[in-house]
Amino acid sequence: MHGYALVQQIKRTSNDVLQIEEGSLYPALQRLLKEGFVKAEWGISSTNRRVRIYKLTTAGGKHLEREVSSFERMLKGITQVLAPGEL
Amino acid sequence: MNWLRQLFSRGRLNRELSEEIQAHLDEKVEELVAEGMSRDEAMRSARREFGNVGLIEEDCREVWAWPSVEDVFFDIRYGLRSLTHSPVFAVVALLTIAIGVAANAAVFSVVNSVLLKPLNYPKAEELVALHQVAPGAEGLADFENGLLLSPSMFFTYSEQNQTFQSLGVWITGTANVTGMAEPEQVRTVSVSDGVLQTLGVPPAAGRWFSQVDQVPNGPASVMLSYGYWQRRFGGNRRVIGRNITVDSQPREIVGVMPQGFRFVDSDFDLTTPLAFDRGKMILAGFGFHGIARLKPGATIAEANADLTRLLPVWMDSWSNGPGSNPHIYEEWRITPMIRPLKQQVIGNVGELLWVVMGTIGLVMLIACANVTNLLLVRAETRQQELAVRTALGAGRTRIVRGILVESVMLAIIGGVVGTGLAYAGVRFLVTIGPSNLPRLNEITIDARTLGFTFILSVLSGLLFGLIPALKYAGPRNISSLQGAGRTISVSRERHRARNLLVVGQVALALVLLMSAGLMIRTFAALRRVDPGFTDPQHLQALRISIPDSLIAESERVTRTQNAILEKLSAIQGVKSAGFVSEMPMEGFDSDWDEIFAEDKAYADNTIPPLRLYKHVSPGLLHAAGTRLVAGREMTWGEVYGLQPVVMVSENLAREMWGTPSAAIGKRLREFPKMPWHEVIGVIQDVREKGMQDTAPEIVYWPPLVVDVFGSRAASPIRTVTFVIRSDRAGTESFLTEVRAAVQSVNSDLPLASVRTMQEVYDQSVARTSFTLVMLGIAGTMALMLGIIGIYGVMSYTVSQRKREIGIRFALGAQGRDVLTIVLRQGTKLALVGVLIGIAAAFALTRLMTNLLFGVTAHDPLTFVAVAALLMLVALLACYIPARRATLVDPIVALRHE
Repeated sequence: MHGYALVQQIKRTSNDVLQIEEGSLYPALQRLLKEGFVKAEWGISSTNRRVRIYKLTTAGGKHLEREVSSFERMLKGITQVLAPGEL
Repeated sequence: MNWLRQLFSRGRLNRELSEEIQAHLDEKVEELVAEGMSRDEAMRSARREFGNVGLIEEDCREVWAWPSVEDVFFDIRYGLRSLTHSPVFAVVALLTIAIGVAANAAVFSVVNSVLLKPLNYPKAEELVALHQVAPGAEGLADFENGLLLSPSMFFTYSEQNQTFQSLGVWITGTANVTGMAEPEQVRTVSVSDGVLQTLGVPPAAGRWFSQVDQVPNGPASVMLSYGYWQRRFGGNRRVIGRNITVDSQPREIVGVMPQGFRFVDSDFDLTTPLAFDRGKMILAGFGFHGIARLKPGATIAEANADLTRLLPVWMDSWSNGPGSNPHIYEEWRITPMIRPLKQQVIGNVGELLWVVMGTIGLVMLIACANVTNLLLVRAETRQQELAVRTALGAGRTRIVRGILVESVMLAIIGGVVGTGLAYAGVRFLVTIGPSNLPRLNEITIDARTLGFTFILSVLSGLLFGLIPALKYAGPRNISSLQGAGRTISVSRERHRARNLLVVGQVALALVLLMSAGLMIRTFAALRRVDPGFTDPQHLQALRISIPDSLIAESERVTRTQNAILEKLSAIQGVKSAGFVSEMPMEGFDSDWDEIFAEDKAYADNTIPPLRLYKHVSPGLLHAAGTRLVAGREMTWGEVYGLQPVVMVSENLAREMWGTPSAAIGKRLREFPKMPWHEVIGVIQDVREKGMQDTAPEIVYWPPLVVDVFGSRAASPIRTVTFVIRSDRAGTESFLTEVRAAVQSVNSDLPLASVRTMQEVYDQSVARTSFTLVMLGIAGTMALMLGIIGIYGVMSYTVSQRKREIGIRFALGAQGRDVLTIVLRQGTKLALVGVLIGIAAAFALTRLMTNLLFGVTAHDPLTFVAVAALLMLVALLACYIPARRATLVDPIVALRHE
């Protein structure tokens, strides 16, 4: 997926709840590239433009799993704390 | 190596990033247009939602490689570019820094080589000089070397101490080497057992002296210095075991010391063993320098206590002959004051070098102030540029860093140029430096000096960059974009930094000029002192030594000297000649002894004050131009007749008998067995120890005196300085004739220490003249930099106030009024600077008290003169810009808007 598509995807799937400054995606992508969690190749977008397409690497996938599970654990904790009057 | 590839593939990375972002924007615009937005509006909206493209690109780049390194690279490139855009600024700033750095690096290399570097011996920190003082020994008390050691002290100390690894005594001298091409007088160092072991430098060839060499009347041996070995034997290793004739005695060469080896502070050609005869030892004979190596962990205080404990042991172990009381030395209050050997070598030059280093450091501060000024002016003109960079998203740190990188870069380039100049500067310093500057041959620019220079450059770069950086990196700069710089006149606040700098510069320059002024006064005072001889450039001096082995008989020694005098006087152009055991300020070890007067009573077991004594030939006073205050000179008839006559110095006559004339006819002697000698003449005081030291009391014996100890009838003085009064003194042709005259009397007599008394005199004031030259240079640099500083600030102020001045003219002000306004401003700055400077100088010049002579550190004349000079110069520096201000055309100035 390339940068612009990614932004649209985030906006769409989060029902526009997550509004990000579009540009700030790129430094984040560069960091992922540097860590080797994604790889990038030049390709052609659906609108026929030369764009850089990012793919998750195996290492990236593992890292994502780890992050997601730790995030879920934290989220669970938060939800429990916030859940009203179960006592 | 990954980061390296990244560093070099930066260009591709950046291009790809830009392309990617551009694609993102394009896609967004297209989508918005498809939704019905106009293309312009779509573009704006896309950009807005994307954020600051430049900043984001930068953030992306920072993910890769070292952002700070890259930024610094960028800042350097940018700085270089902006420097080439203003070449005049760059050249002026660089030159200022380069000269300042060069002066500092040169002086530091001297300080480093002389004061900081350890001496050239293994484990030099363990080495000490066995210095001791004897406040009870009058006359000797002010003697620079304190009380030297006697041979018996050496035996007691070296055999019974508990704090030293090894210990020895040594003495310098001269000797005649004969039997080779032509006779030569060489410098010798005679050493006891323990000296070479203490210094610990292995020989370059052969071996050290061993105990066998120290046996009296044992095998005669000698070691060579590297220089003598090269000069005389071409560095041939087979000289070991060969004999050379030293003072008519054949000696076997047992070893060669390595290149650069010196005995403490003495260069030498030959070294011989002292070979003390234990059986003939007495308590006295305090003529030897002591040197020792402390045991590991032993302190100087412990060593002092150790030797203090041994002094009574020494007095009990030896005597001065039957009937003498060995404990009379208790009255001398001999106190060991052991010093690190390095301190002994450096002597009193340390203080001088630190003063010079300090003044040169002040010059560097002034130079930094000037460069700060230049940078401030430049930063002012660059406000717009800086404001644009801020507006484009450069943070405050980024701007500060940019300015600092630029100034440090400027300083480093200046430092590199300065280091080049420093090589020339060091050569200059070594040439003008006092020729008796210790460790002169060790002065080099080494890694430490280069390190110092680098740190100095970077620090000064930070120093002069910091003020403009802090001043112009603030967010308020945004206003300059809107052209708010066009106020009618410049606010006071904007000038505060520059005014402070000018005040500081004037104050520092005043301190430096003040110290230079005090040195000028010192030098002038020294010139007025009568050294005890006249017209020194026409006074040729040379040393001739007649060893026992060459002429044994006493009277023949004196007759030979007398014959030399006659031959010398016959040379064309010679007005008069004479000889003496030592001329003033020649710096040879002097002789002291107790002097008894017939008409004074001395309590039992007390010793009269020690007096310096010399032997003097008839005719010397006339040749040297030394005045006879009362009485008459001795004659050759009296000398050969062994008539008991003596002369004394004026201060001695006054001290003992009140007036010079009262001394005539009184009688003196050195020790009880000596006949009483009648005072026949009183001689003016001479500056024996140097122009800055008080003239000591001196007794002048004849060149041949009754020998009361030996088997001979009389004993001569064998090593003397001949002085020849002639207009041709110092010329090569004259010296050739002098040599021929001496050799016509005895062909085995070499000449040594051939020089005019002017050279002796110059060497004596070398420390003062060196300080004078250095402070003079520093003061001149400070004055010039100060002028440039004031001039720069005033011109800039005038150019900034052009509009205001134009309005004043338009309102009817006269040229004189404007002149006054500008001058008043400049004068105010200079005056504040001068006042602060006077206060600072008042505190600081006290540090150089020891370098001054005939003038106090707070000499009012110098203070007033220097302050007036500086005010005058400052006014002149203001006058030119003020003059220009009066030429402002109001119409042009106001239309300029």
